[in-house]
Amino acid sequence: MNDLKAYLEKRDALRAKTVPRLTLFCCGGTSCLSSASDVIIELLRGKVEAHGLEADIDVKQVGCLRLCGEGPLIFVEPDDITYVQVQVEDVDDIFTQHILNKQTVERLLVTEPDGSWVSSYREMPFYKTQHRIALRNCGEIDPRDIGAYIARDGYHALALCLLEQTPEQVIETIKQSGLRGRGGGGFPTGLKWAYTAAVKSEEKYVICNADEGDPGAFMDRSIIEGDPHSLVEAMTIAAYAIGAKQGYIYIRAEYAISIEPLKLALDKAREHGFLGDNIFGTTFCFDIDIKLGAGAFVCGEETALIRSMEGHRGEPDKKPPFPSESGFRDKPTSVNNVETFVNVPAIILNGAAWFASYGTEKSKGTKVFALAGNIKNIGLVEVPMGTTFNEIIYEIGGGHPEGKEIKGVQIGGPSGGVITRDYFDTPIDYDSLTAIGAMMGSGGMIVMDEDTDMVEIAKFYLDFTQEESCGKCTPCRIGTKRLFEILERLTSMQGEPSDLDKLETLARNIQAASLCGLGQSAPNPVLSTMKYFREEYEAYAYRTKKTKYTIDPKKCIGCTKCARVCPVACIRGVVREVHIVEEAECIACGACYDACPVDAVLRP
Amino acid sequence: MKLIEKMIRCSINGITLDVEAGTTILQAAKKVGVDVPTLCHLDLHDIGIANQSANCRVCLVEDEKRHQLVPACAEKVVEGMAVQTDSLKAVMARRTSLELLLSNHPQDCLTCIKNLDCELQTLAHDMNIKEIHYPGEKMNHPLDLTSKGISKDSNKCIMCRRCITMCDEVQTVGILSPLKRGFDVVVATAFHLDMDQTSCTYCGQCVSVCPTAALAEMNDTPKVWRALNHPEKHVVVQIAPAVRVALAEEFGFPPGEISTGKIVAALKRLRFDTVVDTNFGADLTVIEEAHELVDRMENGGRLPMLTSCCPAWVQFIEHQFPELLDVPSSCKSPQQMVGTLIKSYYAEKRAIDPKKIVSVSVMPCLAKKAEAARDEFHQNGLRDVDYVITTRELARMIKEAAIDFKTLQEQPFDELLSDSTGAAAIFGTTGGVLEAAARTAYEMMTGKELKEVDFTAIRGLEGVREATIPMGERSLRIGIAHELGNARKLLEAIRDGKSHFDLIEIMACPGGCIGGGGQPYHHGRLDVIKARQEALYRLDATLPKRKSHQNEEVIQLYDVFLEKPGSHKAHQLLHTTYSAKTRI
Amino acid sequence: MKNKILDISSLDRALLDQLDTYIKNLEGDNEENLIHVLHRAQALFGHLPHNLQLYVARALNLSGAKVNGVVTFYSFFNEEPTGKYVVSVCMGTACFVKGADKVLQKILDIIGTKKNEMSADGLFTVKDVRCIGACGLAPVVTINDKVYGKVQVNDVETLIGRYKGGQSA
Ligand SMILES: Cc1cc2nc3c(=O)[nH]c(=O)nc-3n(C[C@H](O)[C@H](O)[C@H](O)COP(=O)(O)O)c2cc1C
Ligand code: SF4
Ligand code: SF4
Ligand code: SF4
Ligand code: SF4
Ligand code: SF4
Ligand code: SF4
Ligand code: SF4
Ligand code: FES
Ligand code: FES
Ligand code: FES
Repeated sequence: MNDLKAYLEKRDALRAKTVPRLTLFCCGGTSCLSSASDVIIELLRGKVEAHGLEADIDVKQVGCLRLCGEGPLIFVEPDDITYVQVQVEDVDDIFTQHILNKQTVERLLVTEPDGSWVSSYREMPFYKTQHRIALRNCGEIDPRDIGAYIARDGYHALALCLLEQTPEQVIETIKQSGLRGRGGGGFPTGLKWAYTAAVKSEEKYVICNADEGDPGAFMDRSIIEGDPHSLVEAMTIAAYAIGAKQGYIYIRAEYAISIEPLKLALDKAREHGFLGDNIFGTTFCFDIDIKLGAGAFVCGEETALIRSMEGHRGEPDKKPPFPSESGFRDKPTSVNNVETFVNVPAIILNGAAWFASYGTEKSKGTKVFALAGNIKNIGLVEVPMGTTFNEIIYEIGGGHPEGKEIKGVQIGGPSGGVITRDYFDTPIDYDSLTAIGAMMGSGGMIVMDEDTDMVEIAKFYLDFTQEESCGKCTPCRIGTKRLFEILERLTSMQGEPSDLDKLETLARNIQAASLCGLGQSAPNPVLSTMKYFREEYEAYAYRTKKTKYTIDPKKCIGCTKCARVCPVACIRGVVREVHIVEEAECIACGACYDACPVDAVLRP
Repeated sequence: MKLIEKMIRCSINGITLDVEAGTTILQAAKKVGVDVPTLCHLDLHDIGIANQSANCRVCLVEDEKRHQLVPACAEKVVEGMAVQTDSLKAVMARRTSLELLLSNHPQDCLTCIKNLDCELQTLAHDMNIKEIHYPGEKMNHPLDLTSKGISKDSNKCIMCRRCITMCDEVQTVGILSPLKRGFDVVVATAFHLDMDQTSCTYCGQCVSVCPTAALAEMNDTPKVWRALNHPEKHVVVQIAPAVRVALAEEFGFPPGEISTGKIVAALKRLRFDTVVDTNFGADLTVIEEAHELVDRMENGGRLPMLTSCCPAWVQFIEHQFPELLDVPSSCKSPQQMVGTLIKSYYAEKRAIDPKKIVSVSVMPCLAKKAEAARDEFHQNGLRDVDYVITTRELARMIKEAAIDFKTLQEQPFDELLSDSTGAAAIFGTTGGVLEAAARTAYEMMTGKELKEVDFTAIRGLEGVREATIPMGERSLRIGIAHELGNARKLLEAIRDGKSHFDLIEIMACPGGCIGGGGQPYHHGRLDVIKARQEALYRLDATLPKRKSHQNEEVIQLYDVFLEKPGSHKAHQLLHTTYSAKTRI
Repeated sequence: MKNKILDISSLDRALLDQLDTYIKNLEGDNEENLIHVLHRAQALFGHLPHNLQLYVARALNLSGAKVNGVVTFYSFFNEEPTGKYVVSVCMGTACFVKGADKVLQKILDIIGTKKNEMSADGLFTVKDVRCIGACGLAPVVTINDKVYGKVQVNDVETLIGRYKGGQSA
């Protein structure tokens, strides 16, 4: 394809292909695959073949359909039917009942609390309020099929850039769009490209940061699995803009199974001339390689990532110099996040103004969140910047699965902070979040209910950061360990009131003194929980925290079940009378809690 | 083409100043008399060695515009930057970093080998740390005393990585690396191997720069004390060229003070029976080496020939370039030559049973400790050199014996094995061995007298220096390298057949032995090394004889004992062999 | 060589040949390739014993310390052998909030081993891992390549039981 016309002809030819009567969009995202969606797809295809229906029925394996907590998912179009929690055993029913007899399999629909079913995904609150730019192709196309991507305007943006725009124009468009980095820092992407473009050098590099280390986040992975060509196209555009000939995708080793579709996408792109020499018949040459991580959260930090790519321990370097000036192999390098990248083709095609029309004044476009934790709808959520927590948690997320009170939300992963209910009407954008002591981070959003112990949560994050600290600089190497030790002391009732001051002072100094973003943000979970849930810390520090299990005399029916399971036999009572825990002896194992049929046992 | 750089205007604690582009905050602050504490930072600028890992975080200062703390040691000044070095935020952060380091440190100062010479200790004192607010778990690693040269106590390591900069970047030996991550990080050998199982050269450059006692020399003073106090032992001591220009620093003299006479006096006061001079061995080495060179040149032998008096360098080639072992000269080092002669020639002359002789050397060097223990270096079951102590260890012995070094009356060496020339004096600096050899080789090859003995063109501290010295009909193409990284480059060229040299001198330490791993700590000050170098050239210039073959005692030694240079006996006593070793 | 653990001759020659071929076909800088080579070596040998690390160091002309420094930095690399089944309990936030810590404890109790240590019968190694990106299924446990979602403490007994015989379930 050497000109735009050839491209458009090819695209239109692909679009004109006859559409089958029915398409089953079967989720092939990680969560659903883990629940055997691959087997389901095989079985469905087998049945379609056995009935000679290949021309009529298309069983498509697509990327994440976003409601991962309900997986495996199947969308049936054009019937607008959403099947959830599909099991291998359900294949027969779907085939016979739905495909052959055109009847909806009701038991596989989403059930509302009132017992009613929702069949249409367009009607479901979870999907209705979302607005997709980054995830525009996710779940719509077979990621292995480059034709499907082209048919949806894939590589059109690249053609436009290479054939009709100068690198400066491309950068200007990205600048105008207001796109900011989705990897956590929120740095303006156009500006980063401009800096990298401005440095004179024969060699430059484009790197995609697909390390996605935030535990509980899976946006980038879903994009790579569901729409790899968008990433390839965007990186190629970036390379053109900054003048790079080589790109790398640094992907974490835990995502080994995402690598295969990605490799395939690279091969296909090369075959079609979207990668390699003289792309679109121009003098522009560019290729992409994959570099594998090996299990280190800190390698998401860009300088550590570059060190790791160079074959070293993934220890961050001081900045400046920034990678845009001296990065991979000491050459100018632009590092961008997966989600940042995939916005680019859409911006080029629809214009900067279109993109900037979404979001808030300083945060444009949409953001993808991985919604998880104590929430009904677990999955991927893409919403315009400025959407509030309330909207995401209650409208999209559907609130608590058992109707319990939601106490807070952790956003931004180990670098972020916990936000309380009081702030749920905060619009989610870079600056509003920073203002309340949290941060956007990469998009992990973990909902926590009333049973969550915030000191334990802080300890959990500190355990994470002190283990993931690269150990290079003093404040983070030793400081996070000390923070963790203090928290451990507190939660095991060995703490002192003075520990609270120590925690706070040490946390602030670690923030100020650490070498890289990991250490600088590691204390955030402590500081934000201390700010909003100080009483929980005090209960530990003053040792007034209830730690033992007790029995609610009003509820106990005297069934003796708890006494029978207690490993230290510290529950006293006789049949049909109220039981009592000898608190001094209780080891807080929780066995009684699980055993009680009437929920009379009270947790600490 | 040199670009004319614009000056950068900035302010430090409100004082405005202009500095060149590339200046760090630390350097800028120094200019206006503002001191910022540092720990991990090490900058031997002139020889291109710097540890700028910026990881200890005790040098943080506040960038007033960004309200951010930045490491003064590594952050470069930019136009309009305003720095506050003592804002509360900066001071608190610095204190926290130091306190955290101390919270993970055995506070053993009283019995520590670095007591009163420790940068961590000094900093804790200067920053007035009187309490550690965050006690907690400490590292717990076993002490490694397996090697002859280096003791390693990882519990005292602050992970500043200066040692790694030296070992990886300067020496390219790669013995040490951080292992693990997070709190468990430890700077260690591969697989936590004992030091003596690695390819360590014992150059001691890691020890030279370690701010704490995590890496230090093996303490051999107790053994020497025992020998000195042994009623039947006859203890002979030799002192190396570089020791005499450095030891006095330990007693408050300025760097570059030549204290040969005082050292001899001190050794006598310590009750060494005889004090001889390694410089004698240096002259002898020159003659043997020059003879070997001329032989190789005239008979089509292996060229280039590499000098072999630095044992760290010998260790390096054995591990890293086992295929090139025919390249170095087969001459023993001056220390080993003197050691051999003490137990043969000296013993014979003085009619003492060699079994009763204890041969001790005072060296600027840790590799010499390992060298003395090499399998090759013994005769009739007796070691050529029994114990090696460093310049620092000798200073400690002198202090321990409460000798007032300052007021000591100078004394001459004892008679045997102690005559020396100016050529031997400069063995202690990079380029010195080669210059000495060239003086002798010239006269050997041309048969003419060399008038201009100062080869100033090959002096200096440049990492690699080359020159061509006309020698009558032909010329001698020489190369000089100090630091093993530079040696590696030369060796690779030789291996790949790209070398065009006849004779190459290699010294493992920056500046040669004056910068050896056993010398008084320079604490990152290059001027100390320079001053020692100047002193050696001064010494050379003031000596009446400046060519090794003029050394009367050496001439006599050949006459009465060794026959002639390169003789069978000389080979037996003064030459050695090398063997390939596994690289770890 | 004094140290047995560094004796390369005890490594399986056939596997080393495969590793050599892999290394030979690599392009570019040795140091940059190190992590890829280590991935490959671990895939072939199951873990990265010291002598294998040294072998890689020699093959790539890097120092042993450098290789060991890299291996011990990344949690993906194992210096110790692992059991036939590697049970990884996700301790990412999504899983933690849903009780992954209790699942982990229960698994350890049932197998009777410590974290990251191979069980006495050589069947299991239990690890805690960071988010594997299947948070929708929290809490998640993987056993070798098989992923188990929404694992509750009460399911653990049956789950592990399926592997206890040694023939994979
Ligand atoms: C500890 C730490 C971990 C990080 N992890 C990631 C990550 O997993 N993915 C990512 O894209 N960026 C991560 N970042 C941010 C990157 O350093 C970098 O800012 C980003 O890749 C730039 O891309 P962007 O401008 O498109 O956001 C991390 C930063 C820190 C300090
Ligand atoms: S802040 Fe932590 S992760 Fe970052 S360089 Fe320092 S020790 Fe390493
Ligand atoms: S928590 Fe455990 S120890 Fe305590 S009362 Fe209940 S069963 Fe007994
Ligand atoms: S199990 Fe519940 S109801 Fe039964 S005795 Fe115990 S507390 Fe009472
Ligand atoms: S290393 Fe320094 S601070 Fe540590 S014990 Fe020794 S003298 Fe004291
Ligand atoms: S003595 Fe020299 S070779 Fe040995 S570890 Fe120290 S710097 Fe490296
Ligand atoms: S051994 Fe010494 S020089 Fe090396 S990192 Fe530790 S403290 Fe620094
Ligand atoms: S240069 Fe001198 S001090 Fe340094 S290792 Fe060699 S002989 Fe020893
Ligand atoms: S993986 Fe299937 S819905 Fe997300
Ligand atoms: S001296 Fe600057 S960070 Fe260590
Ligand atoms: S947190 Fe467990 S899979 Fe993501």
